[in-house]
Amino acid sequence: MVDEDWSITVRGTVQGVGYRPFVYRVAKELGVRGWVRNTGGDVLLRAVGPVGALRALTTALRGQAPALADVRELTVAATPAGQQPPSAFVVLDSGPPPAPGPGGSGGLGCLPPDIATCEDCLRELFDPGDRRYRYPFITCTNCGPRATIVDALPYDRARTAMAGFALCGACAAEYADPADRRFHAETVACADCGPRLSWSTDGRGGEAALAAAVATIAGGGIVAVKGLGGYQLVCDALATEVVDRLRERKHRARKPFAVMVADLAAARVLARLTPADEDLLTGTARPVVLVPARPGNGLAGGVHPGTAQLGLFLPTTALHHLLLRAVGGPVVATSGNRADEPIVTDDADAAARLTGVADGLLGHDRPIRARYDDSVARTVAGAPTLVRRARGYAPQPLDLPVPARSTIVAVGAQLKHTFTLASGRGALVGPHGGSLDDADALAAFTDSLTALCRLHDLVPRVVAHDLHPGYLSTRYAARWTVSERMPVQHHHAHVVSCAAEHGLDGPFLGVAYDGLGLGDDGTLWGGELLLATYTGYRRLARFGRAPLPGGAAAVRRPARMALGYLAGGEFPVDALTAPFVDRLDPAEVAVVRRMVARGVNCPVASSAGRLFDAVSSLLGICDHAGYEGEAAVMLESAAATCGTAASALPWRIATADGLWIYDWSPTVSAVLGATGRVPVADLAAAFHRTIVEVTVELCVRAAERTKVARVCLSGGCLANQILAAGLTGALADAGLVAYLNHAVPAGDGGISYGQAAVAAARQAGEE
Amino acid sequence: LGHGSGGQLSAALVTGVLLPALGTAAPSGPLEDAAVVPVAGVDIVVSTDAFVVSPLFFPGGDIGRLAVHGTVNDLAMRAATPVALALAYVVEEGFPLADLRRVAASAGDAARAAGVAVVSGDTKVVGRGAADGLYLVSTGIGQRLPGAAPSAAAVEPGDAVLLSGPIGRHGTAILSVREGLGFDSDITSDTRPLHRLVAAMIAAGGAGVHALRDPTRGGLASALNEIAAASGVPVEIDESKLPVPPPVAAACEILGLDPAHVANEGCLVAFVAPQQAEAVLAAMRGLPEGADAVRIGTVAGGGGEPGRVTVRTAVGSRRVLDMLVGEQLPRIC
Ligand SMILES: [Fe+3]
Ligand SMILES: [Mg+2]
Ligand SMILES: [Zn+2]
Ligand SMILES: [Zn+2]
Repeated sequence: MVDEDWSITVRGTVQGVGYRPFVYRVAKELGVRGWVRNTGGDVLLRAVGPVGALRALTTALRGQAPALADVRELTVAATPAGQQPPSAFVVLDSGPPPAPGPGGSGGLGCLPPDIATCEDCLRELFDPGDRRYRYPFITCTNCGPRATIVDALPYDRARTAMAGFALCGACAAEYADPADRRFHAETVACADCGPRLSWSTDGRGGEAALAAAVATIAGGGIVAVKGLGGYQLVCDALATEVVDRLRERKHRARKPFAVMVADLAAARVLARLTPADEDLLTGTARPVVLVPARPGNGLAGGVHPGTAQLGLFLPTTALHHLLLRAVGGPVVATSGNRADEPIVTDDADAAARLTGVADGLLGHDRPIRARYDDSVARTVAGAPTLVRRARGYAPQPLDLPVPARSTIVAVGAQLKHTFTLASGRGALVGPHGGSLDDADALAAFTDSLTALCRLHDLVPRVVAHDLHPGYLSTRYAARWTVSERMPVQHHHAHVVSCAAEHGLDGPFLGVAYDGLGLGDDGTLWGGELLLATYTGYRRLARFGRAPLPGGAAAVRRPARMALGYLAGGEFPVDALTAPFVDRLDPAEVAVVRRMVARGVNCPVASSAGRLFDAVSSLLGICDHAGYEGEAAVMLESAAATCGTAASALPWRIATADGLWIYDWSPTVSAVLGATGRVPVADLAAAFHRTIVEVTVELCVRAAERTKVARVCLSGGCLANQILAAGLTGALADAGLVAYLNHAVPAGDGGISYGQAAVAAARQAGEE
Repeated sequence: LGHGSGGQLSAALVTGVLLPALGTAAPSGPLEDAAVVPVAGVDIVVSTDAFVVSPLFFPGGDIGRLAVHGTVNDLAMRAATPVALALAYVVEEGFPLADLRRVAASAGDAARAAGVAVVSGDTKVVGRGAADGLYLVSTGIGQRLPGAAPSAAAVEPGDAVLLSGPIGRHGTAILSVREGLGFDSDITSDTRPLHRLVAAMIAAGGAGVHALRDPTRGGLASALNEIAAASGVPVEIDESKLPVPPPVAAACEILGLDPAHVANEGCLVAFVAPQQAEAVLAAMRGLPEGADAVRIGTVAGGGGEPGRVTVRTAVGSRRVLDMLVGEQLPRIC
């Protein structure tokens, strides 16, 4: 039988995940000769052998790929004649990237996210007999930094932040040994040849640096720790005084801090975990997982004030493991920044910005090449769901339902900002970047976009952006010189982000429950039911409107929003408002009423999020939001403490201009009427139930009219677990199929992905 | 048309509709408060402005004073001494004669106090509903002060950003009295002429005074953004140095306004070469209209984004200070 000679290209996340060693092992087993190497972002093989063996090889290339690999495309061609027949199978040095296509249409998906320390490395880390015993930068083919250290592709040590660390003899031997776990592990290092720790105040290194950091934390101090994608601020999570001090120094009044614990056992002490939560906690991405805290768990009151929800995560690197074991208890581990600034990545920057915040910096000499904040996730109805997508997830590409004809950049919204680069079927969603109001966050966005375009050799031809002219992302989009600009309505982008994740085709119903986004009629939207496709939408229903007295000021102050509903909402409230109004400053009430009456800086919004804010204030739960969404978070927390199944408050559906409108006035009246008589927790739960009932009614009507039974739920309000779980259950009971976001946030972090999906579909539709 | 509140949309109207209509007759260079026209070898400065303010009478002034000060100040921002003014009145039928007298007298007082003659005028009465009470149009002619040619495009890295006095008074006073918000007992308009202040600044700083602007509609934020864009430089402002009178701050807080977006009629912002900055600041403080003058920021060197204005906040972070886009719609989701 004559051997065949195939050239195979594997596309997807196939570099930095142990793919070449895997190919090597399979080829050896099958007796296939040839070679494998990284090229551009792809893996290239030449395989020579009997056709049966080659078929088995290609099957294995997909089916048995390492867990962290994501094979998206596999092409086989006959190797051009005239090449030397290989005598064995070898791993070759990376070839140059393939010549860029016309206009630079490089592929996506070659850059893997960072991977938490694996079990094997962890065992070695604490094995006194191992040569990497207690080495903080221990990694292997299966774990370690990836996206945060890459300079250029293909992913090889020479093009990473590890380039400056020449392998010692022992490490080089492991790197070259096909039988070793560190065969071609680009991050391989040891105490003799790899990165070293340093302590800022006196330059101590190694174990002494670690000991200094541990002593500082144990002594009630704050330490800035250089993590994978940025510095983190770490302190004792049990000590009230230091947690409060951290809030003061970081200028972060109330937004919850994430807590890192040594292991799952320690996590179980602090919170009630479902098996799905535990999977999420221990997964390779190691996000901060939002879970219900156990009452009386000992955490300082300042860790998560006003909410029972706790953000927990496990060590992501060997350094974190060493630190947590030495400290012994849970630590606050929060982004190293002040207020709204982006997380600090640069050492000099850390010294300048964090010196006043931290009492010492635990750094090291491996530079951070790209900024990746910690990700935040939760389980909703057993499924992992991202609230903030960054380290461990980004920049893993997501699928687009309609492939992009040319490279698209979608610039996202304003807060919780992300951008998306789309090319072909792939959508590369950049890491969470914070609020663009901050000049440094805006610069970080443009830098990160430039870096990813360069890395993947992409030149955007189309820019997709929000309708809001004041978003700094929209302003940025206006300055791009591209062939086409595509404005995408905010809530269309929200619901499309959900549909696209699930690969739906055809029309779907979109429920966008959100804070605020600019509608196509110049008013603010946020409680919308749309009949949507990827290219367009028709509005079917909305929440009743209310003025925002003072615009953004009303968002910061839910009490003022509540006054807006009572004084100038679309529907009059015929209940006794005195008990609520009397609680407020009379001068403020007078001015706000006047503003509403005269329409002074009172944009109107049909927002679900603002209604949650208002009800939170009416119930006396939160009059002033210390961070974005606090009133709704506290309302959800209050509802979660309600022991019994709540029944809904009264509600009504009105009709105007061909739209169904949720008339919230009976609901608000009932809240006002029951306050003081019915426990707040019961009312909070009843309000959630009301929104669920209203939504089901609207969706059922819409399904009858449109014959569309699939409902995509998205928008910032879907971060509310009671709402998300309640809606999916109730919609299913009504015979509809509900979808939630999982891979991208339901909030504005998912907007750019939705924009990209819309732009790609419109592009395809136009041709 | 929703282009009324100053800032980006009015700029779009000018550059998108009005200037193209002029074709080759349109002025070249950046948009300025007034134009410099060489006549027989002498630089004559010309400016015109229409005044449509509601209410016509407000704490600290009225439309007559405003029409005089507005044009005097626009001339002053090109370093010109006002020489003569022309005033046109558009009066709605039925407008009270007593009010018209009051406005005219006030305009006369303001012109006399500013030392400028009103040399020409016009009056048109239009039908009921064709105008909202009373509009004024004022045109001014001025003479260039020797040794200075400030322009929005002349700013250089390292320049000091000077502000002649507190911001936010005019806009909040007008809004408060128009809408009955009750802040006007504490806040009066800052309307006043600034040409003497400018003369003192030029005398002290000469050609080192690179740019001058009175932050009227769109407020300080618009003025800074226009200059940053015209000169292609990054501007960094120190929030703690911004003079916002406490009653203005309180009103803005409750109204949800940024004082930097609120209109002023009696202060100016100047970009001055670092060598002359102290002398100019001292000269400003020597006059009542500049008594509270303060350095609020700097034109950044290499690092910043050209055309971007940032504010260093109290906590040390840097916020992007943007121009208003139409109504101030919240950007929060
Ligand atoms: Fe949103
Ligand atoms: Mg003017
Ligand atoms: Zn490992
Ligand atoms: Zn080594």
